Amino acid sequence: MNKRKESIAGLLFASPWLFGISAFLFYPLLMSLYLSFCDYSVLRPAVWIGTDNYRELFHDEVFWITVKNTLLYAVVSLPMSMILGIGLAMLLNSKVKGLTVYRTIFFIPSLVPVVSLAMLWLWLLNGEHGIINLGLGKIGINGPNWLSNPAWSKPALILMSLWGVGNAMLIYLASLQDVPVSLLEASELDGASSWQKTRNVTLPMISPVIQFNMVMGIIGSLQVFTEAFVMFPGGVPARSTYFYSMYLYDNAFNYSRMGYASAMGWILFIVIMILTGIALKLSNRHVHYGGV
Amino acid sequence: MKSKKKWLTILTHGVLISFSCLFIFPFLWLLDTAIKPIGETMKEPPVWIPSKFEFHNFWDAITYGSDKVGYIPFFVYAQNSLMLCTLVVVGRVISNSVVAYAFARLRWWGRDFVFALTLATMMVPFPVLMVPTFTIFRHLDWIGTYRPLWVPAWFGSAFSIFLLRQFFRTIPFELSEAARIDGAGEWLIFKSIILPLCKPALSVVALFAFMGTWNDFLGPLIYLLRQDTFTLAIGLEFYHSKAGGTQWNLLMAATAIVIMPVMIVFFFCQKQFIKGIAITGIK
Repeated sequence: MNKRKESIAGLLFASPWLFGISAFLFYPLLMSLYLSFCDYSVLRPAVWIGTDNYRELFHDEVFWITVKNTLLYAVVSLPMSMILGIGLAMLLNSKVKGLTVYRTIFFIPSLVPVVSLAMLWLWLLNGEHGIINLGLGKIGINGPNWLSNPAWSKPALILMSLWGVGNAMLIYLASLQDVPVSLLEASELDGASSWQKTRNVTLPMISPVIQFNMVMGIIGSLQVFTEAFVMFPGGVPARSTYFYSMYLYDNAFNYSRMGYASAMGWILFIVIMILTGIALKLSNRHVHYGGV
Repeated sequence: MKSKKKWLTILTHGVLISFSCLFIFPFLWLLDTAIKPIGETMKEPPVWIPSKFEFHNFWDAITYGSDKVGYIPFFVYAQNSLMLCTLVVVGRVISNSVVAYAFARLRWWGRDFVFALTLATMMVPFPVLMVPTFTIFRHLDWIGTYRPLWVPAWFGSAFSIFLLRQFFRTIPFELSEAARIDGAGEWLIFKSIILPLCKPALSVVALFAFMGTWNDFLGPLIYLLRQDTFTLAIGLEFYHSKAGGTQWNLLMAATAIVIMPVMIVFFFCQKQFIKGIAITGIK
C-alpha cells in the first residue's frame, strides 16, 4: 500500500482521539491557564485580573493548610503502601502453596468503590461502637477517636488506603514472576544469601515497575478527594482532612470562584510535574532496565 | 538446611494468613452488620453471631424512606448506574480500539509525537481540567444530563489506547500484509483480523471502563443535579447523609449492595483482571 493512503487511513483511525485529546484535554488545559488569571464565577464572563489569584493564594491560610495536609498524607501513605505492596508480592512469589487464594484476598479490597469504602470504614473506625476500637480495647489499648480527633483522622485515611494496596501488589507480583530464574540460580551458585539475592538481583530487576508505581502513586495521592469528601465533610475535624482537591472543589462549585480554583489546578499540575521529574531523576540511578 | 526451609515456609504462611485475616475482616464485619437487628449493632462486647438473621435489612435499605415525600428508590440509582456504565463501556471499547489501531498498525505523519503526547496526558490531574470542562459542558447546556459523563468516553482515553496498542502490536504484521495484497482495506483488516484476535485485551478495557464508571463519584457529583438522575455512588452518599449514621445495619446493607456488582464481575473475569492490571506496569 502506498504511503499516502496509509497516512490518510492512520489519520482517519486516529481522528476520534485527535478530537478527544484536543477538546477534552488541551483546550481545557489552556482555558484553565487563562481562567487562572481571571475573576470568573460562571454566571458572569471572565475578567482578566493578572496574577491576583496566585498572589491571593500565597496569602490564603486555608490554601496552605490543604497543601500541608495533602503533602503529609502523600508522604506517609505512599511509602507505606509501596513497602506493603512489594512485601506482600515477594511473599507470594516465594513459591507458596495457595498463591491464587492469597492473591485474590489481597486484591479484592482494592475493587471496593470509594464511596462504599468510605461508608464501611466510617463504621469500622467509629469511635464508640467501631469494631477496631472494641478490638483495641480487648488488648488493653484505648482506641482513639479516629473520626473526630484531628490527630487521628489522617492515620485513619492512611489505614484505609493501605487496605487498597492490592492493585499495586498485583503489578509488583507480575513483574516478580518475570524475573528470570536463571539469574537467581546463578547467584545462588555463587553463594548469595536470600537477602543478597533480593537486594542485588530481584529488586534491580523489578525497579522499573517500582518507579512506575511510585510515579502513579504521587499523582494519585496528591489528588486524594472522594474518601475524605465523604467521610469528613468540609475536612473536619479542625480541617485536619481538608485536602487540596477538596478546597479546589469548594472554590469552584460552592464559592463560585472558578478563576481561583483554576489557579489552584495549575499549581497542582506544576507541582505534580516537578515532583514526578524529581522522583524520576532520583530513582533513575537505581532503575535497571534489564528486560523486565 | 532442610528444617530451616520448613520453618521459613511456615513463617511465610503465618504472615500471609495473618494479613489475609486483616484484609478479609472488614468484609465479614460488613456482612455481619448488614444482617443484624439494629439493637445488636452497637453492643459491647460486639455480637459476632446475630441472634436473628435479618435478611430483610437489604430490602429495607433499598426501600428506605418509601413512606416519605420525594423518595427515590435504590432501583432508580442502580438503573442509572447501569445505563451510564453501558454507554461508557461501549464507547470506550469502540473508540479506543479504532484509535489504537492507528497507533499500532499504521504509519502516519506525527504518529509517534502524538503517542508520546498521549502518554504524557496521563500525568494531567483531573482537578486542573475540572473548571474548564464544566464550563464547556455548561455552554453546551449539558449540565444535569448524563452527556458530560459518557460522551467523552466515545473519543478515546489515553490509558486504554496505550493498553490496546501494546496488544495490537503483538499480532504478526505479515497477517495484515497478506490481507492487503488480497486487496483488503484497513477497516476490513481491523474488523476481521485484529479485533477477533484481541478479544482478551478488549475485555480488559471494557472491565476497567465498567469499574471506573461504577466507582466514579466526582463526575456525577459535579454534573448531576436532580436526585432521580443520581448514580449508585452518589445515591449511597445521599442515603448516608439522609439516614444519618445511626442505622448502621441498613447503611452496611446498602453499602454491600453497591459493592456486589463489582465483586460479581470480578469473580467472572478474574483472569482478565489479573492480566490487565499486570500489563499496567509494563512500559
